[in-house]
Amino acid sequence: MADFLAFLKAAGRAVVKGSPAYYGWLAFLGAWMALGGAAMGWQLLNGLGVTNLSDQVPWGVYIANFTFMVGMAAAAVMLVIPTYIYHDDALHDVSILGELLAVSALVMCLGFIVSDLGRPDRFWHLMPIIGRFNFPQSILAWDVVVINGYLVINGYIVTYLLFTKFRGKVPEKKMYMPVLFLGVFWAIGIHTVTAFLYSGLGGRAFWHSAVLPIRFLASAFASGPSFLIIALIVVRDRMKFPVTDAALDRLRQIVAIAMILNLFLSASEIFVEMYPGTVHSASMRYLLVGLHGHHKLVPYIWTGICLDTFAAVVFVTRPLHSKQKTMIAACACAVVGVWIEKGMGLVIPGFIPSSLGEIVEYSPSFVEFSISAGVWALGGFVYTMLLKIGVPIELGEMRKPGVPNVPIGLNAFGGHHGHDDHAHGGAS
Amino acid sequence: MSDETNGPYTKVSLAEGVASSQTTRRVFLKVLGAATAATSTADAMGWEEYFQQHYKRLTDDDKRAIFARLEQQVRDRQGVDVHIRDPQPLDGVEFAYALNLQACVGCRRCEYACAQENNTSRSPEMHYIRVLQMEKGSLDVERSHTGYEGQVPQQGHYYMPVQCHHCRDAPCVRACPVNATWAEPDGIVVVDYNWCIGCRYCEAACPYFARRFNFEEPTLRASEINPEQGYLSNRLRPRGVMEKCTFCLQRTRQGLYPACLEACPTGSRKFGNLLDPNSEIRQVIETKRVYILHEEAGTNPRFYYFFG
Repeated sequence: MADFLAFLKAAGRAVVKGSPAYYGWLAFLGAWMALGGAAMGWQLLNGLGVTNLSDQVPWGVYIANFTFMVGMAAAAVMLVIPTYIYHDDALHDVSILGELLAVSALVMCLGFIVSDLGRPDRFWHLMPIIGRFNFPQSILAWDVVVINGYLVINGYIVTYLLFTKFRGKVPEKKMYMPVLFLGVFWAIGIHTVTAFLYSGLGGRAFWHSAVLPIRFLASAFASGPSFLIIALIVVRDRMKFPVTDAALDRLRQIVAIAMILNLFLSASEIFVEMYPGTVHSASMRYLLVGLHGHHKLVPYIWTGICLDTFAAVVFVTRPLHSKQKTMIAACACAVVGVWIEKGMGLVIPGFIPSSLGEIVEYSPSFVEFSISAGVWALGGFVYTMLLKIGVPIELGEMRKPGVPNVPIGLNAFGGHHGHDDHAHGGAS
Repeated sequence: MSDETNGPYTKVSLAEGVASSQTTRRVFLKVLGAATAATSTADAMGWEEYFQQHYKRLTDDDKRAIFARLEQQVRDRQGVDVHIRDPQPLDGVEFAYALNLQACVGCRRCEYACAQENNTSRSPEMHYIRVLQMEKGSLDVERSHTGYEGQVPQQGHYYMPVQCHHCRDAPCVRACPVNATWAEPDGIVVVDYNWCIGCRYCEAACPYFARRFNFEEPTLRASEINPEQGYLSNRLRPRGVMEKCTFCLQRTRQGLYPACLEACPTGSRKFGNLLDPNSEIRQVIETKRVYILHEEAGTNPRFYYFFG
């Protein structure tokens, strides 16, 4: 207990220390969080009428962002699977950064869900015993279980690993490996269930597709590790975390395959909808070429498809991805492209035309934009904080008083440190 | 509260009905509201209301207290005496509806009679019934229009009113994460307005565009309030929850026809007990050319369309 207090104290000290650039970054995030907080207050005061949502299009940018962030959270397994299932060491030392990303992404998921509820004060209705949970009938009830479960799993793993190392001890395999493996299945689960939320609705032809879950996973494994490549380059350059070129290249291979698969699956969906030209293709036509003079999403989705394609080309072309700047640009394109395609590009057309054939278009209001930006900033803030705590512990710079400052389980310097336990057992 | 009268309309939110004299209580509840990240309306909401249990867990005593509280709130805020009852489903009754597409002229009287009976918000305007102007020769709703004006019926068109189909395999009921919507034993799909969390998954699930969400505070003039109210149907709704057609259960469970049927000048609307072999609805289903909308959705509705 005393150790944990010391851990919290050291963590508190770590997050307030930093360069002017770090403070600038925090101020930047803080400004967006303040805007989002104010917008959230306005929405709570006035109701969801301050959004551009309607009975025809009842879900918009909040649920779109939620869907995307579930994918980012699930993508952490793409660091865990190579390390712990294929015993491929390239990603061994950085996989904890993926777990931290998962925690941050899940915080954002919950933020977007709360923003979307008409009565967030009634959240307790979802709780066991005092509430009334429509489980297992409602896929949304499943989603509540798997998202919160995934948060607990990842929260436990990172807390256990970091806290153990903070005390100068070597994490015990039996204390975290079973949970880590559970997390692998759970990650696939959160994104599959989230896809089932959509594909399980028989009345919405656009979503009613068996390809959706695997497409969700493919796009998640393209966007999540792409984001991590950028994050790893930042922690390497700014925090001196040892990120090997092998680790970055392994991630590049993952995003290359995932993005190509994602594009292939999207193309298959487009073919199946468009070629026979049935009544059910109306939503897809609305999305890609516009419907009866309505085409708000057309430039949007083509931007997404172009960004995805550009990223895929860079990921597989050595002269392009060997330049770090081009690679970073491609990763950013992959994140934004997938955000477009599986965010509003997926949610909105499902409602257009409505089930009675009406076409009501949607784009987020200023309040929706501000709240969404605020939740993004909150996620960025949480990830920054977690990195500020996690990286020095991994580097051996942050230890309980009286414990030698040496890295535990970190192999990046070729074993020049005191402990020789890295072989799939030490750090995550 | 300062927003009590806003333009010609009076706010009818049930969540804001605390007498102004209870200042200390309000301050306390404000703290509670902030602590529980509650909505703006929660600060003036009593414990009883905030922690009110699901409809199916309420005892008769609970219900009496809740109905009295709701009636008092409307009295305080609008000066209207309303009567909230909770008519129960009748044994041996399963309701169903049938609509004659050959006779309907698209006058929308059902739509407005429904709003009047069911106390739906006038601003923003909400309607449970949507009358589609269909193109002759097509059953495709995507070729229909709802914004038609002028004299009806218009050349080359027929009309198809759509409302909640009270499905036997209702996607909305399955979708709801908190069981805030369910099918009663007589087939009527209802919403517990005090339990709904406002996630709108049911609205996404419904293939009939039958569900309506209160994005804003529903507003109604005092003179427009229908005082005869059912707890699970036409009582005044709060903001942030779902609502829908309830086959006017406050009427139909007491032997009356739904308001939409009574308003129809063409006799297109038929309603009754499916389990009674002599009922009109049984005659229609047995003798007319009946079809159901969006059959491919597998919802098995209790709402039929027919020609004849």
